[in-house]
Amino acid sequence: MKYEAVIGLEVHLHLNTKTKAFCGCSTEFGNAPNSQVCPVCLGFPGSLPVYNQTVLDYAIKVALALNCKVQEYTKFDRKNYFYPDLPKNYQVSQYDLPLSIRGFLDIELGGKFKRIGITRVHMEEDAGKLIHQEDISLVDFNRTGIPLLEIVSEPDINSPEEAYEYLATLKSTIQYLDVSDCDMEKGSLRCDANISLRLAGAKTLGVKTELKNMNSFKGVKDALSYEIKRQTEVLDSGGKLTQDTRLWDAKAQETVAMRTKEGAKDYRYFPEPDLPPFIIKEDKVAEIKKTIPELPKEKMQRFIKDYGLSEYDAKALVASKKGALFAEECLKRFSDKNKKPVANWIIGPLAALAGSRACETSELGIFPESLVELIELVEKKQIISNLSGKVVLEEMVNTAKTAQTIITEKSLAQISDSGSLNSVIEEVIRENTKSVTDFKSGKANALMFLVGQVMRKSSGKANPKVVQELMRERLESA
Amino acid sequence: MELYKLTAHELLEKIKKKETTSEQIVSDLTKRIKGVDVKVQAYVRASSSTLLAPDSKPNGIPVSIKDNICTDGYNTECCSKILQGFNPPYNATVISKIISSGNSFLGIKCNMDEFAFGSSTENSCFGPTHNPWDLNCVPGGSSGGSAAAVAADEAIWALGSDTGGSIRQPASFCGVVGLKPTYGRVSRFGLIAFASSLDQIGPLTKDVEDAALLMNTISGYDPQDSTSINTPVPDYTKALINDVKGIKVGIPKEYFVEGLDPEVKKIIEEAINKLKTLGAQFKEVSLPHSEYAVPVYYIIATAEASSNLARFDGVQYGLRAKAEGLVDMYKKTRSLGFGDEAKRRILLGTFALSHGYYDAYYLRALKVRTLIKQDFDHIFKDFDCIITPTAPTSAFKIGEKVDDPLKMYLSDIYTISVNLAGIPAISVPCGFTKEGLPVGLQILSKHLNEEMLFRLAYTYEQNTEWHKMKPKL
Repeated sequence: MKYEAVIGLEVHLHLNTKTKAFCGCSTEFGNAPNSQVCPVCLGFPGSLPVYNQTVLDYAIKVALALNCKVQEYTKFDRKNYFYPDLPKNYQVSQYDLPLSIRGFLDIELGGKFKRIGITRVHMEEDAGKLIHQEDISLVDFNRTGIPLLEIVSEPDINSPEEAYEYLATLKSTIQYLDVSDCDMEKGSLRCDANISLRLAGAKTLGVKTELKNMNSFKGVKDALSYEIKRQTEVLDSGGKLTQDTRLWDAKAQETVAMRTKEGAKDYRYFPEPDLPPFIIKEDKVAEIKKTIPELPKEKMQRFIKDYGLSEYDAKALVASKKGALFAEECLKRFSDKNKKPVANWIIGPLAALAGSRACETSELGIFPESLVELIELVEKKQIISNLSGKVVLEEMVNTAKTAQTIITEKSLAQISDSGSLNSVIEEVIRENTKSVTDFKSGKANALMFLVGQVMRKSSGKANPKVVQELMRERLESA
Repeated sequence: MELYKLTAHELLEKIKKKETTSEQIVSDLTKRIKGVDVKVQAYVRASSSTLLAPDSKPNGIPVSIKDNICTDGYNTECCSKILQGFNPPYNATVISKIISSGNSFLGIKCNMDEFAFGSSTENSCFGPTHNPWDLNCVPGGSSGGSAAAVAADEAIWALGSDTGGSIRQPASFCGVVGLKPTYGRVSRFGLIAFASSLDQIGPLTKDVEDAALLMNTISGYDPQDSTSINTPVPDYTKALINDVKGIKVGIPKEYFVEGLDPEVKKIIEEAINKLKTLGAQFKEVSLPHSEYAVPVYYIIATAEASSNLARFDGVQYGLRAKAEGLVDMYKKTRSLGFGDEAKRRILLGTFALSHGYYDAYYLRALKVRTLIKQDFDHIFKDFDCIITPTAPTSAFKIGEKVDDPLKMYLSDIYTISVNLAGIPAISVPCGFTKEGLPVGLQILSKHLNEEMLFRLAYTYEQNTEWHKMKPKL
């Protein structure tokens, strides 16, 4: 490739505290407009903010999980700009002394880890939502004042795929902390991207574009891919790029330049005088550190080591915290040393069922021991086939019955005992003398035909391997 | 009976002895306001039906409230067109405290400079208040309505707010007592912000004892104000001790230079001599960074104000101008709603915070603010308090300084440092000019040492007659 893409991502994350950042209003999603407001979050004259201690605790937790340095002295600042969804016309944010700085997140792509730097993680408040109607615009302030974390990456990302992986890893890491829903559809996770191109190997940065309005991780990836194509075309045709902000249009699959005023935005940041600066003591940080669970990367590495799984399988199993807990229960219970079948069943049929029901694998109502029972039945060839196994699994989810019960009820058990099979084999030999002669004259295909006939007569319940063995024995002995 | 002439503590005594009732006080006060406010114009929206807030407690003394302190159910407009019709659905913490202490407040509010921007109460959208001692003069500002109401016996006692002298300077001009508490001693919740790091609510009263009583009521930690101080409030009336023997007082030389009216200087010197004879010990001290106080103040205060006033945009409450589209609505609403001084300060503050200027102005101002604080810390290691004039002059004529903002700003030259340092200060009447205009003596003390102010002010008051003088109306 002639050009190298330089990408930095800015993620905004809703913290799932019960109340807003600076007042006691609920943060619940989806209620009637302006039903969760008070003079403080509406910015009424004379009202004052009081910060929510839980926000700080959650923010420190995220900062630590992202390997950031939590600063001892931190403060809030006002970011001043006029917009009707911002009732005070300034946003309480953090500027020159953010909560935490200099962290990193390791992402895995094609079996290799890459370290993406985190510039800063800081706290701020969300704005409201504008609802545009034909002649008027309405404002819903329910979201105003919901605590946000801004997570800014270093420009260490060099492809849309890496950007996607960074977001997926970030989301999975944060979900492990139980501090955010990370739901892009509900707006609890939002992402803007900065991207510029430079000649491969060049040291200086190219002209950057800011991308907004992406509604999914795939949207981020697509928008970045589009931008690389667009910027490459401009550069190749000898054109010049301008520093602008572009909106991703998911329908048209293209970015469109936003009309912006000339000159850089001036937010006139200054220390928020209504909230005194605060000092975060080391023992508080240490205390919060203790509450951080094993994170996906470590869990993945442990799964590879403890259960002999491939990187691909291990990564898929740890993507969500609940899913990982469920998977580990299954892995532990599975009696065979080779744990691959467990991974296959969870990542394959179970994940598909969960996907169709829009829930997690752990939420399907199947106990780990039930799933393991099913997997073991299939592995021991007690059931006709993998396909029947999937049928049993779905039945288990629907009826909460055990695998064994379903198999008995549906007569799905395989016939493996030679006694009941022998009579069928004799019958088939009697009826297909030509094939028997063919086999004896050296035509190996004839054996498969005869096995097929046995299977047909047993309505598919016979164990094909056993039938094949018995048939070969019978023909060769005669 | 002329109950309105009395102080709150005198009235409380009468109520206790069953010689009068709250109802009688309110009705007497109402008559007085109706009689003289035509001349003084201390109150705004006085013609509205909500002249007095219902006094549900039988023993209460009504407090008059500056128009920037939120009163649930009663308009609070900061004397600005842009807040026309704003009726807050909540009480400021000080109002809740007044109610729970068994007192009441007036539903009509005291005039002020728009958003507390000014030193003369001329910048009110309702027109100026007149000084009861000379109706051609200003009452000072920005709490000019509160000070004039108390001086004219149109109020028993009142609340004002002080960002750079807005309680003390009008107290001085009107011959009443005015206290700016330690920053954080009184909750700011419900005070419509001018400059959040400087604003404090405080009492304007007829004597020092009333100031102590009102401070007992309004002080204290408020979980709704993150900048309020979480330490117990002493009973300030216990500090009303008529004795200053051995109290060490510093006289800052920087406050007695050019710009101080010679007549005011003489009156202050006489007051100092009086305190000397009462046993206080005086020594000249230096506050070397005093000369920077006014510029530092006008950077910090306007910067904060430019942000605090951004919310007045016509979206949710107050004035909304007819306009085509959003930006036009912002422009027209704010052009129409704000007066000249408000616009001037918003522009100054916006400039001071702008990219490329922040370091040179705001950041540097913050640094000098620290130096000014350190000047005081240094003095208070060896001294109990500092005494200065409250203002460089007595009340000036209405219209005299309206066209010269710089001259107007210098009117607060002696009061501003106190807000920058966050310390408490009181102004007490200490004499009159030949024209019969009052002069105030300012006493400063260290952080949370309001008791020292009360002790000194009380002793001075008990040994002089100035506070008993009444204007002829």
